[in-house]
Amino acid sequence: MSGHSTFEPTSAPARWLERRLPILSLMHGSFVAFPTPKNLNYWWTFGGILMFCLMTQIITGIILVMHFTPHVDLAFSSVEHIMRDVNYGWLIRYIHSNGASMFFLAVYIHMFRGLYYGSYKEPRELIWILGMVIYLLMMAAAFFGYVIVWGQMSFWGATVITNLFGAIPVVGDHLLSLLWGGFSVDNPTLNRFFSLHYLVPFLIFGVVALHIWALHVPGNNNPTGIEVKGPQDTVMFHPYYTAKDTFAVVVFMLFFAIFVFYMPNALGEPDNYIEANRLITPPHIVPEWYLLPFYAILRSIPDKLLGVAAMGVAIFVLFLVPWLDTSKVRSARFRPLYKQFFWIFLVDAIILGYIGAKPAEGMYLLVGRLATAYYFIHFFVILPVLGLVETPKPLPESISKSVLDNTATGKPA
Amino acid sequence: MTADEAQEPTRRDFLYIATGAVGAVGAGALAWPFIHQLNPDASVKALASIEVDISAIDEGAAVTVTWRGKPVFIRHRTAQEIAAAEAVNVDELRDPQTDAARVQKPEWLIMVGVCTHLGCVPLGQQGDFGGWFCPCHGSHYDTSGRVRKGPAPLNLAVPEYVFLDDNRVKIG
Amino acid sequence: MRKKMQITLYSALLAAGLVLLPAGASRAAEGVDLKHVDWSFDGPFGKFDRAQLKRGFQVYREVCAACHSIKFVSYRNLSDAGGPEFTEAAVKTIAAESNVTDGPDADGEMFERPAEPKDRVAKPFPNDNAARAANNGAMPPDLSLMTKARKDGPNYLYSVLTGYDEAPADVVMADGMSFNHYFPGQQIAMPQPMSDEQVTYEDGTPATLDQMARDVTAFLTWTAEPKLEDRHRLGFKVMIFLTIFAGLLYATYKRVWRDQH
Repeated sequence: MSGHSTFEPTSAPARWLERRLPILSLMHGSFVAFPTPKNLNYWWTFGGILMFCLMTQIITGIILVMHFTPHVDLAFSSVEHIMRDVNYGWLIRYIHSNGASMFFLAVYIHMFRGLYYGSYKEPRELIWILGMVIYLLMMAAAFFGYVIVWGQMSFWGATVITNLFGAIPVVGDHLLSLLWGGFSVDNPTLNRFFSLHYLVPFLIFGVVALHIWALHVPGNNNPTGIEVKGPQDTVMFHPYYTAKDTFAVVVFMLFFAIFVFYMPNALGEPDNYIEANRLITPPHIVPEWYLLPFYAILRSIPDKLLGVAAMGVAIFVLFLVPWLDTSKVRSARFRPLYKQFFWIFLVDAIILGYIGAKPAEGMYLLVGRLATAYYFIHFFVILPVLGLVETPKPLPESISKSVLDNTATGKPA
Repeated sequence: MTADEAQEPTRRDFLYIATGAVGAVGAGALAWPFIHQLNPDASVKALASIEVDISAIDEGAAVTVTWRGKPVFIRHRTAQEIAAAEAVNVDELRDPQTDAARVQKPEWLIMVGVCTHLGCVPLGQQGDFGGWFCPCHGSHYDTSGRVRKGPAPLNLAVPEYVFLDDNRVKIG
Repeated sequence: MRKKMQITLYSALLAAGLVLLPAGASRAAEGVDLKHVDWSFDGPFGKFDRAQLKRGFQVYREVCAACHSIKFVSYRNLSDAGGPEFTEAAVKTIAAESNVTDGPDADGEMFERPAEPKDRVAKPFPNDNAARAANNGAMPPDLSLMTKARKDGPNYLYSVLTGYDEAPADVVMADGMSFNHYFPGQQIAMPQPMSDEQVTYEDGTPATLDQMARDVTAFLTWTAEPKLEDRHRLGFKVMIFLTIFAGLLYATYKRVWRDQH
């Protein structure tokens, strides 16, 4: 795997272990001695931050399950039991609910870092694909987790999203009753979503292991997009990046803590503090903020099946980015045209998110449709064409040279 | 190594030690809520004590109430039962205890109805000693709830209780 | 240094944006701006006013409890730290004033008994159908979480309670509905529940409609967020700790990297 280990076990127990299961040298090679480009900026700390988020969600989740009851009559009140009676239950619950938002914020920053610096380009396509698999699993886990609370938005969000599958011709209705375990979202649905919500994070963990393994084959990308030429371009992961990542995680925790302690419900929907009622539909059904862009795309197509297809393609197109982008230059730092289109795309994604929370009518619908069209244009037209017509800026010779040059001119690396 | 570099390690080490120490304190403080959530929560602790109305229990009668998830026998003892309990030679008992040490008012015997052998619930007014008999492995308890025969090592446990007045007792 | 500033700047902007998003939209459904009160529990250092919570509980009990339950609250919570903080003796008395259903007894029958501190606060109706039957088909919602179940909940609740009015000439009221400026749709099935002097406060505060609305809203904010004070207190310690720790880690990071450019 990582042939970078110079690890020599010093103690007898370590030698015993190393001979039978070389895990110590694996850990050493991957996270201590691993040669990492020395010019990584703070956008590269989000991988470590994401690991922190995954661990936080798993640990708080396992504890919440000790007190949660997955049954339609008891789910909502068991969450209130956690909030009121369980020692520090309110803290663990708010960490978990806000932690999901933090997890998605971090993953979006991480993904946009990849888009900006061309981290998905050859030979790192599979890291990107695995990352997209993780993103899909995250969306599934978040959806299941939100439903089991069994508030109004949980129930009706589940109803809307599962009903999408009814749009599939021929098998749609059978698929629906298979998913529901009945004729509508009800107790069988809650129970299976609970089981899957517990399962998916561990699937994520497995894919993350593959993601890091795949990363350690070529090594990290870096802000210049230029490959490492030799040891002068790298530093050992420990202590250089363990120190930086730890600092970044703690700053992230500060931001996270603001939400947990001072505005724990700011990112949520008030309607989910009302128990699920299958006879009353809330006036506006919205998913959590991190799913809003795709929700907006779904609703901008008037036809149900085509809307589902558009949302599916919008997610699937992300898998194709390594092949849609034809540019030979990795980093947007040296791609003046692409850089601008990157920022426009970011604005477009934010607009889509904003539209997703609004009613699908009038000006909102029009803007949503334009933003949806632009989303697809960015991937299917702009990315392929840009690589062919753009004149990149001259690339530095190496990472070390670019670091030295930046130090001389005082620019950030 | 220059003279400066020789002095450097102490300043650098102090920073690393301070950071590590603060981190360890933080980790401990972070861990505490995750451990404390395992402790009984407020709704369980609210059931930690119960008040029982004993005015309807006639002499010679008993009730079983649930306290902290376990059965508690409350028996209104007859004069004969009290006399029999007091007459026992304490030195002969496997778990020596006078009757007086097990009751606050002699006519009220309050005990946790869990056999001290392996936890079955003994049956009242049975056994060779006029008290309780545990059918699981044959332990016999007398009119004071003390083990007289069989594998149980200890007398039936007496919970903490207090008489709020003549009609009510608070257990736990 | 620049990198750290960039990160701090982006985080601050993001946080500011996220804070402003909800705050900028304190409106009832059709764009009517809600009334705004300076609540004692607002802000990162907000706390409840004990006397206000006690008064608010009195309003709940004497005015609202006839129709609205607060089923997630137990009587014992009334003596918990961070709430109205009634004494345990007072809570026993308060609880015993209501009956709850218990059982089955030895004959298999359910029976009524006075409530104890460990019980949940007694509900006015045994179930939703009974509640609707007694209220012309309208369902008086449970109030335990009401201030979290509405956008800008405390201000919304206060606005609705003080927002009743005569219907304007151009509005046709449906049967049995009352006009309220702040309720979505402006027509509410609950008639004005409170009027001046309806309650005689034990602490002598004049019980104007405005005062009662503030007090019961504060009380219901506590029922929705009984751990608010704990949260603020722990939050302060956590922010201080994380700031110090971040500072130490930054210094460590800089020291580790000193020999690299």
